[in-house]
Amino acid sequence: MTRARSPPHGAAMKATPLSNCERRFLLRAIQEKKRLDGRQCYDYRNIRVSFGADRGCCMVELGRTRVLAQVSCELVPPKPSRPTEGVLFFNLELSPMAAPGLEPGRQSELVVSLNRLLERCLRDSKCIETESLCVVAGEKVWQIRLDMHLLNHDGNITDAASIAGIVALCHFRRPDVSVQGEEVTVYTPEERDPVPLSIHHMPICVSFAFFHQGTYLLVDPTEREERVMDGLLVIAMNKHHEICTIQSSGVVMLLPDQILRCSKITAVKVAEITELIQKALENDQKARKEGGKFGFAESIPNQRITAFKMESAAVDTNDVEEQAGEIIAKADPPSEVFANPVLHTPGTAQIGEGIESSWGDLEESEKEETAEEEGESEAAAFECEKVETEDTSTLRETKSDEPIVLSDSEEEEVVILEPQELPRKTRTQTSSKQENPSKKAFNKRRRKKRTSR
Amino acid sequence: MAAEVAEAEAADGRCRLRRFSCELGLLSRPDGSAAFLQGDTSVLAGLYGPAEAKISKELPDRAALDVLLRPKVGLPGVLERSREQLLQQTCEAVVLGVLHPRTAISLVLQVLSDAGSLLSCCLNAACMALLDAGLPLSALFCGVTCALQPDGAILLDPTARQEQEARAVLTFAIASADRKVLMVTTKGSCSVQEMQQCLAAAQRAADTIFQFYRDSVRRRYSKC
Repeated sequence: MTRARSPPHGAAMKATPLSNCERRFLLRAIQEKKRLDGRQCYDYRNIRVSFGADRGCCMVELGRTRVLAQVSCELVPPKPSRPTEGVLFFNLELSPMAAPGLEPGRQSELVVSLNRLLERCLRDSKCIETESLCVVAGEKVWQIRLDMHLLNHDGNITDAASIAGIVALCHFRRPDVSVQGEEVTVYTPEERDPVPLSIHHMPICVSFAFFHQGTYLLVDPTEREERVMDGLLVIAMNKHHEICTIQSSGVVMLLPDQILRCSKITAVKVAEITELIQKALENDQKARKEGGKFGFAESIPNQRITAFKMESAAVDTNDVEEQAGEIIAKADPPSEVFANPVLHTPGTAQIGEGIESSWGDLEESEKEETAEEEGESEAAAFECEKVETEDTSTLRETKSDEPIVLSDSEEEEVVILEPQELPRKTRTQTSSKQENPSKKAFNKRRRKKRTSR
Repeated sequence: MAAEVAEAEAADGRCRLRRFSCELGLLSRPDGSAAFLQGDTSVLAGLYGPAEAKISKELPDRAALDVLLRPKVGLPGVLERSREQLLQQTCEAVVLGVLHPRTAISLVLQVLSDAGSLLSCCLNAACMALLDAGLPLSALFCGVTCALQPDGAILLDPTARQEQEARAVLTFAIASADRKVLMVTTKGSCSVQEMQQCLAAAQRAADTIFQFYRDSVRRRYSKC
């Protein structure tokens, strides 16, 4: 089967645009204080936090928006300007499975702005104590890396990612380190229990979407609502009512009392969410301590009809050896292996022979006499242009007094034989592959490209 | 039934598959999605398609299938790319792409946790996502990993530690029709005899896995 061309790497989907009637419908519904999923203006969707088996791995579901977060750590040299502080690295990626039209790799402003917002929320708010991440001042510090992947895009990525990020950081345990003078010992999890990161407070982002030039406000917009909104206000706050970050984007102009009202709503929401997070962390900690089962497998509810579990199953492999022996006995013997390669000159060898050229008739008219190109294996020859079949056919001179020139020179050499006598071309078959392949004449009428790849 | 299981356990405690779990249709945006868990290894697969393809990527006679495998930490590297190739070739062998020419089928896999047998978990998740999306398939496929221990014993569905200590790790993609082999990839060295034994063991394990597929889909559609 010939393949026309295989598509280059990367998703090949196009994003679906929003239709005008959908847009009008959503805006009208918001005017009448109705939301598509039946929520009130200030209601959040259901938040579900589940943990993986590894430390620092968690998945957050905000309605149908799903974000996976993983924290990892590494010992690195510190930044020259801050020799006693650890390094924090945050990365949010929109996986191509989250929505059609998302391409892998560094992309749109959306990703950049989300990353910046999350960095400001987590790094600049100083929620993580970076001084405690220092091992040897100026030489070795811990680099804490937080990777977040958006798995399903149903709006409000910011909130979901901020929750996932802070939960993963709270869940993570780094290896214990002890420093005695010049010696630094890093303990494995088996030797000493890993140590949690020192986290002062938990900043959570809350998003407000504005419609109809700031008249209507919705908390926790879904993807459809985000597409029709005029502007977005994000407030990051912790449960002590400290604002960590505030960002307003879009084409909406807000009055101070609107922002004040939003911050009051944020305080309420953040308190609820923080409580939920604490409970989830406690439950997971309890499950791990009591030796119960933990991990993503446990977080799939049993009663869901779309989920199915199977206990560990045994596989009967008793007569596997006999079956294998039978197959080997019945199988055809391996195909003919070519004998030793023929060494022409140091550095050039030949394995096997080419097949007969199928352009024989055309060749006669051109009086083309080709010769074996030494050093060119079968495979390489076939990969050249179509004319390659000429190259691999072996011609043996029957006249022994012909000039025989063997050289690797690429210059065009024209050696004219007696015009009346065309040398009898004998094409040797594979059976006689070892016979004197060195008796050849170089007669290049045409410059041939050697392995032109 | 219980007696047979006990016997098998006593005879070969090594040839056990870990606990399997599968959740279908858990993501709302992709056309088909599945989360497949084998012990502590879990992979989430999301599939879009057949959908309109970009002009530069469309093929005139069949669907253009594209696989992306994303690791949990860091950027995708050479290992991910090679696994993507293996997955793509396996999927192209079963998907009836000729029914949907000039379209794109995009399969994205996200590693949720890796505790051994990752490639076979990816294969299983991919097949379940194809099933969930309702794409036309000529056969189902499943992935089985075998680890050959230094003493020649075969371990099915090895954990990360078992994979590290093994002499060779072989992953097979087995089709549901006649248990034919769609793809094999090996790491390490083993003899021809040993490879055939691993293949035979993998085909046995494939029976269990296909039964798992059947049960989970039956459960899914038990209440329509």
